[in-house]
Formats: sequence, C-alpha cells, structure tokens
Amino acid sequence: MSILLAILIGAAFGFVLDRIGATNPTVITGMLTLRRLALMKTILLAIGTGSILMFGGQMLGLVDVAHMSVKSAYIGVFIGGLLLGLGWAAAGYCPGTGVAAAATGRKDALFFIAGGLLGAAAYMATYPAWKATGLLDSVAGGKVTLGEVPESGYDGLFAVSGDLLGIALGLVFVVVAFALPLAPGGRTSRAVPAE
Amino acid sequence: MTLDWKLGGVLLGAVFFAAVLLVKPIGVSTQFVILDGIVADALSPGFITQTDDGYTSTNAYMAKSDGKYAKSAANPLNYSFVFVLAMAAGALASALLKGGIGRAERRLPEVWRANHGDTPWARYAVAFVGGAVVLYGARLAGGCTSGHMMSGMMQTALSGYIFAAGAFLAAIPTARLMYKEG
Repeated sequence: MSILLAILIGAAFGFVLDRIGATNPTVITGMLTLRRLALMKTILLAIGTGSILMFGGQMLGLVDVAHMSVKSAYIGVFIGGLLLGLGWAAAGYCPGTGVAAAATGRKDALFFIAGGLLGAAAYMATYPAWKATGLLDSVAGGKVTLGEVPESGYDGLFAVSGDLLGIALGLVFVVVAFALPLAPGGRTSRAVPAE
Repeated sequence: MTLDWKLGGVLLGAVFFAAVLLVKPIGVSTQFVILDGIVADALSPGFITQTDDGYTSTNAYMAKSDGKYAKSAANPLNYSFVFVLAMAAGALASALLKGGIGRAERRLPEVWRANHGDTPWARYAVAFVGGAVVLYGARLAGGCTSGHMMSGMMQTALSGYIFAAGAFLAAIPTARLMYKEG
C-alpha cells in the first residue's frame, strides 16, 4: 500500500513539477534573478493552499495530525540553506527538480545528479566534524512550529493556536502570491520559454 | 506548455497536501544519501550491517538516528526511495505528453546559451559543481527545497523559514551575478 502511494504521489509530484516549469533552469533563473516571478507565485500559492487544507483538515479531524513531520532548527539549517541557494542559482536545479529534469532528457541535469551524489557523500564523510562544532545542536526548541498545534507532539514557538496560525499564514502566502507582479522589471520576453 | 500559475499553484499545493494526508510530507534530498549508501555497500560489503534491532553502518551519518538511513539503503523498496523514482517517471510522462523538450534544450538550457553561449561543457561543469554544493548544503540543513521550504513552511515549521531565508539570501545575488541576460 505504501509503495503504491509512493508511486501515485511521486508521479503526480514529478508531473506537476514539470508542468509548472520547475524542471527548466531558464524558469528557475528567471525567478531567482527576480525577473520573472510566475514560478514564485506558483510556489507561494502551493504553500498557502497546502497549509490551509492541512490545518483546516486537522481542525475538522479529517487529517491525521501524526502525519506532520517537523524538522529541527539549528544553525546548520541556515548555513546549509546558504550553500543550497548558491548551487541552486548556479545550476538552476534543486534536488527534486534536478532528478525530474534529468528524466525529461536534460543532459546537464545528469551532471547535477552526479555532483549531488558526490556532495551527499562528502557530507556523509564530514558529518562528525559538523557534529563536533555544535552547529547541529537545536536552537529555539529544535522541532518547533510557529504556533501550538494540538496533539502534534511539537512545541509551539508562540502561545497561539497552531491550526489557526497555519490557516492565517496560508492565507498570507495566497495573498502575496496574487500581489507579486509576474515581471517586476516589465520583462516578459521569456515568460513562456520555448519548449 | 507551462501551466498558468494559479492552476499550477493549486495543483502543486494539492500534491503536497495529499502527501501529508495519506503518508507524510514530501522530501527528496535524503535519497541521494540512500543511493550513495546502496552504492557504497555494493562496492564494499559490510558498509551496512544488520544488528539485533535494526541496521547500522561504518559511516556515522548512515548510522545516526538508530540507523534509519542504513535501514533504507538496505531496503531500497521503501516509500521515500520509490517516491523519488516515481517523481522522475511523472516528469518523463509530462515531457513526453507535450512532445518532448527539444534537442536544443536537452543539450543546454536557453538561459545558459543567452548568457554564456554554446558552451555545453562549461554548463555541465557548473551543473556538476552546483549539484555537489546543493546536496552538501541540503544534507547539512537536513532537507532541501521540497522538505524544508515547501513541506516545512506549509507546516509552519521554524526550520523551514530559517532554511528559506538562507537559500534565497544566497540564491538571488548568485543568480543575478551569473545570469545577467534573459
């Protein structure tokens, strides 16, 4: 059953990633240079939609709160984020979109994956050194959500309803998605890249 | 054909929601470690070993958290690994249904040609080094764009916001510096 769900949800994810342009480095670069924000609007709307459905569903008892999986906060999250951002901008791929792009036939994405396997192996080799620095130790409570989500097992950073805050932030993401311009500099020439 | 952002955003959000509803939040970058583990264990048997109550590895990272990565590498037919393979299949299906992405794009993305000309090997070198930096960073952070940024911020995880701040802080100036055209 779990393998069947992996196939169904995974395939849907890959299909949608390709259809929103996320497998195309030209589209990713347009977003990261802030020249063309259609993909940014897509991502913000997706986070908002997902958040509203999830927290709304949890409040109604339709979504199992135990399915939440919150990652720990530590200084290395920020440093790792900086590194990922650097490579993401240079290559135009992140781990998921790189694999999906390779499947669509992009040759450079195969090099991205090969580099990725090397980078992951390098981290496996250097993990004890990072661990020793203390940069992997939890900060601000570690695995925390911004509000307190009932029965999630995670602490809330602020003493407010995590479900309501989740829906409110979801709405903020949706509003920002609509408010952002498609092309801040008025450059739309590559808004629909040749495919 | 790229979907209108409104439809695309709702569809992508629905996929992230379906994942939490039915199983667990989406994540990808861990599977690079799992594939490395599978390869390492094939090249050097004994890299992963079975214990009385699970799996462990001679590598401290594979062995952490009671050997959960070691266990996944020893049993590749698990949800998260199959998810990534299925993701590739889904992207392939999408590309085939729209008639492929074309020979020029397969060789080099348009944005590279516009900025750096017809230099495929320079592009492949940047993609390789970029991939290494992305996955090193993702593993240090404990997740990537899918796991931390999308799934994390969707769940209002503090870590997701910290990760997104770091990622965009580095990505925006880098992209503007490397790709002045397009």
